[in-house]
Amino acid sequence: MEIIDLNNFLQRFKLNTMHEMSIAMNLVDLAVQTAKQNDAQKINSMVLEMGSLTGVVREALEFCFESACKGTIAEGAKLEIINIPGNAVCEHCGHRFSGDQVAVPCPKCNEYVFNIQGGRELKLKSVNVD
Amino acid sequence: MCDTCGCGQSGQPVTFTKPGEHSHSHLHTHNDGHSHDHHHDHEHDHDHSHSHDHDHGRTIEVEQDVLSKNNLLAERNRGYFEAKNILALNLVSSPGSGKTTLLEKTITNLKNEIDFSVIEGDQQTMQDANRIDAVGCPVIQVNTGNGCHLDAEMINRAMKELQVKDNSVLMIENVGNLVCPSLFDLGEASKVVIISVTEGDDKPLKYPTMFSVSDICIINKIDLAPYVDFDMKKCKEYALQVNTKLQFFELSAGTGEGMEKWYQWLKEKIKK
Repeated sequence: MEIIDLNNFLQRFKLNTMHEMSIAMNLVDLAVQTAKQNDAQKINSMVLEMGSLTGVVREALEFCFESACKGTIAEGAKLEIINIPGNAVCEHCGHRFSGDQVAVPCPKCNEYVFNIQGGRELKLKSVNVD
Repeated sequence: MCDTCGCGQSGQPVTFTKPGEHSHSHLHTHNDGHSHDHHHDHEHDHDHSHSHDHDHGRTIEVEQDVLSKNNLLAERNRGYFEAKNILALNLVSSPGSGKTTLLEKTITNLKNEIDFSVIEGDQQTMQDANRIDAVGCPVIQVNTGNGCHLDAEMINRAMKELQVKDNSVLMIENVGNLVCPSLFDLGEASKVVIISVTEGDDKPLKYPTMFSVSDICIINKIDLAPYVDFDMKKCKEYALQVNTKLQFFELSAGTGEGMEKWYQWLKEKIKK
């Protein structure tokens, strides 16, 4: 079995050019900061709420997460991602609907005039610490 | 030293350079130089349940936006711009849509009426900053190294070094990328998404996120429209499906066609 050096892998494929890497870094930073404020020694896991309209690729984020945790008290922590579906209100008929894409017509009146109400979340919900 | 995550490793640095200067400051990228094995044997049997039991440890509720640090700094930038009546526009597009040419032409034609300054974002080179410098406009080049977008911290640093004038327009030319910059608020008044007719009329549907967060859509290189398969009506329809409030400018920065409306919009915006 081939052993992959994650950082070499990231660099080789320039995967740290992804915004998922920045997001993973910000996520871990926020979790570590929170944990330290609460006198924790170690982060076991964290729960992230992620809207489906954020444009963040879940697999890429999971991939970057491990690398972002390296050398911090979150090293080895589990990441649980809760998907928040997109939802919008039609400005034409007022119908509220959900979906995972931005350009969808209102299922009721077929118009494209909508106000996005949810689905752009990228929120650290909680951290589990020791 | 990485002050975002404390990773402490110097990767390819972010540099800030004015034309005619050597680069002199850097932030960070997130390469940590040490290696580790990533060896997983996925041979455990799955007869145990995968409930996320957090029996051990304690859970702290956080309920905070992951990009809150960027967003906070962006709001500080925004407050600064508003207080000084600086119209900051975040220009986003794929590489090659004509952002820099649009800026060159706009600045050349309006510089007697409006004070401009420019923050240029690219992974590498001073090419774009040199072009803006050549039209006599204060400019700073931010080279992000491997980074795919500008963030609020880079803008904060760059605008301080630029000493942006009161009552002026600050053009921020983001890294050419139609995906990542959509997530990072810089403190701008508006995002301006630029597409060129050579890119195809279905771009708004293929990259909806950027179109949904922008206020203005500039369709550039309209002089080339007869030579390529581009349906203007369709393109606008698609863009409006993603964002009903999008305002369009159809123009050619190359020939100057349609630029007058864009100039008018800028002049009215800065008056307010």
